[in-house]
Amino acid sequence: MDLAPVLDGFSVVLEPTNLLYCLIGVVVGMLVGVLPGLGPAATIAILLPITLGLDAVTAVIMLAGIFYGAQYGGTITSVLLRLPGEASSVVTVFDGHALARQGKAGTALGIAAIGSFIGGTISIIALTFLAPLVASFAIDFGPPEYTALALVGILLVSTVSSGSRLKALVAAGVGLLLATVGRDMFTGGERFTFGNLNLADGLDFVPIAMGLFGLGEILYNLEERHTRVHAPAKVGNVWPSRADLKQSSGAIGRGSVLGFFLGILPGGGATLSSLAAYAFEKKRSKTPERFGRGAVEGVAAPESANNAAATSSFIPLLTLGIPANGTMAVILGALLLQGVPVGPGLVNQEPELFWGVVNSMYIGNILLLIMSIPLVGLFVRILRVRPAILAPITVLITLIGVYTVNNSVFDIVLVIVFGVLGYLMKKLGFDPGPLVLAFVLGSLLEDSLRRSLIIFDGDASQFFLRPISGTLLVIFLLVALVPPIRTAVTRRRTASADNRTKELV
Amino acid sequence: MTSGHGGANSPGSPGGSTAAGATPRGDVGPASPTGPVEPVPSSLHDLEEAVHQLEAEAEHRPPAAGRTTNLVVALVVVALGAAALVGAMSLGAGSASSPGSGTWPLLISVVLVLLGLGLVATVRGTVDAERFTRPSLMVLVGIATMIAFVALIGVIGFEIPAALLAFVWLRFLGQESWRSSIITSLAVVVAFYLVFVAALAVPIPHLF
Repeated sequence: MDLAPVLDGFSVVLEPTNLLYCLIGVVVGMLVGVLPGLGPAATIAILLPITLGLDAVTAVIMLAGIFYGAQYGGTITSVLLRLPGEASSVVTVFDGHALARQGKAGTALGIAAIGSFIGGTISIIALTFLAPLVASFAIDFGPPEYTALALVGILLVSTVSSGSRLKALVAAGVGLLLATVGRDMFTGGERFTFGNLNLADGLDFVPIAMGLFGLGEILYNLEERHTRVHAPAKVGNVWPSRADLKQSSGAIGRGSVLGFFLGILPGGGATLSSLAAYAFEKKRSKTPERFGRGAVEGVAAPESANNAAATSSFIPLLTLGIPANGTMAVILGALLLQGVPVGPGLVNQEPELFWGVVNSMYIGNILLLIMSIPLVGLFVRILRVRPAILAPITVLITLIGVYTVNNSVFDIVLVIVFGVLGYLMKKLGFDPGPLVLAFVLGSLLEDSLRRSLIIFDGDASQFFLRPISGTLLVIFLLVALVPPIRTAVTRRRTASADNRTKELV
Repeated sequence: MTSGHGGANSPGSPGGSTAAGATPRGDVGPASPTGPVEPVPSSLHDLEEAVHQLEAEAEHRPPAAGRTTNLVVALVVVALGAAALVGAMSLGAGSASSPGSGTWPLLISVVLVLLGLGLVATVRGTVDAERFTRPSLMVLVGIATMIAFVALIGVIGFEIPAALLAFVWLRFLGQESWRSSIITSLAVVVAFYLVFVAALAVPIPHLF
């Protein structure tokens, strides 16, 4: 492996602008993590207009910082208030808050920060070696492979996303449909524009992401009665004792590895890996009864795992151009807006961007470790800011921000429309993540499908004859068909069991 | 994952089992103890249940929606798919060897219709939609302020609509005091003016 571009990446990171935006990113991420309400996807979406004025590297360094920074911040409220700031920190509540009640909040926060740091760092190192391999493997992918890859990606994200599978797939379908609005790339004809000139070039990604993730979430939160949050006055010693560190070192290691692998999978990501790491740690523990009553491993494992996963979920994005979850879809959108050629060629064509972003994560993790151990008190104080004051400010930033992208009032209308849609979707159990992801991948998917069909002269079975696209499509069919069949079988079995009991009676 | 509380309103577990709604579990709520000791889930599945429980507790979400709402949602999906189907047909369906403008939209809309019918079939087991309650009116007010904002911005600039929006959100949606609402909304507009107009010179319509 040629290490020169990796080292060049460090010189990109160390440019003062990039360092500054890395710092801004992780601080914003940490804040979003601490404040319940807006998640990293929403924040990244709302900040999209700002990134347009920056270099591509700088923009992604900042957005990535928000994403992994939020994993650190979410821990603080989980431990101190039993309020998960981030979905990926929910499991930390079980043991983290139990420790806090025993007066060991500092220990929990310290272990979480160290675990997050180690998990993140292990994951960056693994990414450094794995990503170029994946990219070189994928460099020969043609339209059929891309068709299969995009299909599997969208399906897996819909399958694993929170809530109903059917509804997630509906959301993905709507996303694909929205991506077809505008000019047809092959024929030049207009589709679904209803004669509206504003739609002739298709829907923009920015108002969709800002509306669904940003405004949608703010509107959804309006219905919550926020119980008054009383931030604890101060947190004691945050440095964990040597015994605690020793006890949790295994959990940190296992959590990091598990998180790294789950993060790569489409639909995996931080939330799933923190759950899996906790469950695994509890299962292999000799004293599982301690879990839920303040076991340090119960904090260490999920926190290491969610950070490792947050980092490794950049692999499919940066090497294949396929985002692994909704947040990554927004970052992909940011890259596309910058005109960056996302795909397997990125490592070789844009080494500065690739290694700049990857290496910035080392710096970001060090900054976050500093912020979460010595400066933790500062962030605890932020909890006193009332959500009622933040909401209108965020709404105005969204409405005015989206205007600045094209200086178009129509974009404000769009962002409101998608904000209402995002609210309704969340309210009715549809995860907006798959919609945004499918929208971003929509034109790639249609384009490669049509190209492949032309190459194959209409014979769709050829998809299965090429080794890579064939394998991917078999995976696609397995993921799509096995769960519904299994449910149907169980239903029949329970039904016949019911009949038998009735007969016996 | 995607958004902070993406899973907050979905008591059902992600993944296959609840998808078809074949095994509706009536005991989602009271399953875990609410004593001083945290529920100690063992499997990944139990853990997800516990997590949803916790998020629901932390956020005071409204109860699950009734069957009518779920049916309407499912029918809307079917209707959307059908409308797209008609649109795709009129674009020209094309054929497998020479796909046309409508081929891809046609495929998606067929899938959407099927998924919508799936939702109709599983209406009985659906527990992940929320009921519209009184606080939902606040959302309507919020949306109204945004519509007013976009309607007025071209006419009188962004300052007054922005101040009004902030004021309504603070005083009526956020229950802040009159004094704090007035001061904050004015301060926010001044800050936005300084950032967007004075510093960044964004060509946003403004009054002053």
